[in-house]
Amino acid sequence: MITGTDRVKRGMAEMQKGGVIMDVVNAEQAKIAEEAGAVAVMALERVPSDIRAAGGVARMADPRIVEEVMNAVTIPVMAKARIGHIVEARVLEAMGVDYIDESEVLTPADEEYHLNKRDYTVPFVCGCRDLGEAARRIGEGASMLRTKGEPGTGNIVEAVRHMRKVNAQVRKLVHMSEDEIMTEAKLLGAPYEILLEIKRLGRLPVVNFAAGGVATPADAALMMELGADGVFVGSGIFKSDNPAKFARAIVEATTHYQDYKLIAELSKELGTPMKGIEISTLAPEARMQERGW
Amino acid sequence: MIKVGVLALQGAFREHLQAIEACGAAGVAIKKKEQLEEVDGLIIPGGESTAIRRLIDQYDFMDELKRFASSGKPMFGTCAGLIMLAKNLVGYDKSHIGVMDVTVERNSFGRQRESFEASLDIAGIADDFEAVFIRAPHIVEAGENVEILSKHNGRIVMAREGNLLGCSFHPELTDDYRITDFFIQMIKEAKNLA
Repeated sequence: MITGTDRVKRGMAEMQKGGVIMDVVNAEQAKIAEEAGAVAVMALERVPSDIRAAGGVARMADPRIVEEVMNAVTIPVMAKARIGHIVEARVLEAMGVDYIDESEVLTPADEEYHLNKRDYTVPFVCGCRDLGEAARRIGEGASMLRTKGEPGTGNIVEAVRHMRKVNAQVRKLVHMSEDEIMTEAKLLGAPYEILLEIKRLGRLPVVNFAAGGVATPADAALMMELGADGVFVGSGIFKSDNPAKFARAIVEATTHYQDYKLIAELSKELGTPMKGIEISTLAPEARMQERGW
Repeated sequence: MIKVGVLALQGAFREHLQAIEACGAAGVAIKKKEQLEEVDGLIIPGGESTAIRRLIDQYDFMDELKRFASSGKPMFGTCAGLIMLAKNLVGYDKSHIGVMDVTVERNSFGRQRESFEASLDIAGIADDFEAVFIRAPHIVEAGENVEILSKHNGRIVMAREGNLLGCSFHPELTDDYRITDFFIQMIKEAKNLA
């Protein structure tokens, strides 16, 4: 009997496919998310839009919040650690968190190196903007990927860019002849063996969710249409007027992303979605997606 | 050709469909209840049982699923699917589809870090099946007509009751298709009887 194998860690993310993972900051929100049909919750101290507004250094959540959320629901609980912060990740693992997000939403602890995620029994999800970044994270042992998007903006444009980019690069790779792959690895800054594996499978070896800017049911459905395996919703739900209704609508739109009449129905009278930020108005240092290497 | 449906509301349905095709049967992703009529057997995949249950209710699947089970057509639940089939759930007043005479405990091996792989002896199927357990449930108690097919450390992890088959682990996450093949044989037998 062995724990922490690739199959066990990647398999856990496979079970989340077609589902919605919701950011929550307390037990009450976690229960609303579970009741709405979320497949997992991400326990945080502050949602990304509040992190953005607060400024300063964003760290791992207070363990009491994470514990409170773990006690409130039976679905898996994820939590975020800073990029490269070995101890935050070990603390979350010791607490029994089901998945760790090594996340650019928090202020990086290491500006050169990500965590060696193969060392851990708990699985990790990481953000990516292109295939090079995706393959490097898989090489370090990430068991699940997500687009970075631009968190806390309520603007889907960056998540769309990242999902399209990764999928276009995977399609290109799959059709390359094997003798072209080493040069492609050099150009992408990607581990050669991971690219060979992607070519052999015809797809990424791990699940890839959409994240960073999903604000409406139509946004969630759009990301599924573009090939996402599922959706993370951060600030969108609990910043809306009616979180329970909004959460249910996002879940339904994700399941039936091509049922446009249904999406029209469930988009009615959801109240004001979060205001949103135009990406070009963000100062370069405020772009969370630039964090990670 | 045998047609096997996979309930495709949430979870690892793609892997089951691949395993079905690899066994030479036709796989159908079931997203609407009307599609149940066209299949000879049904797999309820792994996923999050609370999420799958919500979607079953939302799309009014429940009566059709119960009817499917009582019609004698085979049903196979893996992990969350086993939870869906069970008549009793530890710590809950109500069951989901509630057709298989077993009592199931959710997440009974622990959280994700306790998830594991183990080699199983499965009666009539394999003596070396590499099984992947993820936040897995197990069968605490089985009714008298339930045939226990496999145990891990004394806990029941696979069982059959007539046309119903359930297991705690995820055969769809490996390339070993012996369990899928066994389920397809169950469907063939059920068709011959009908």
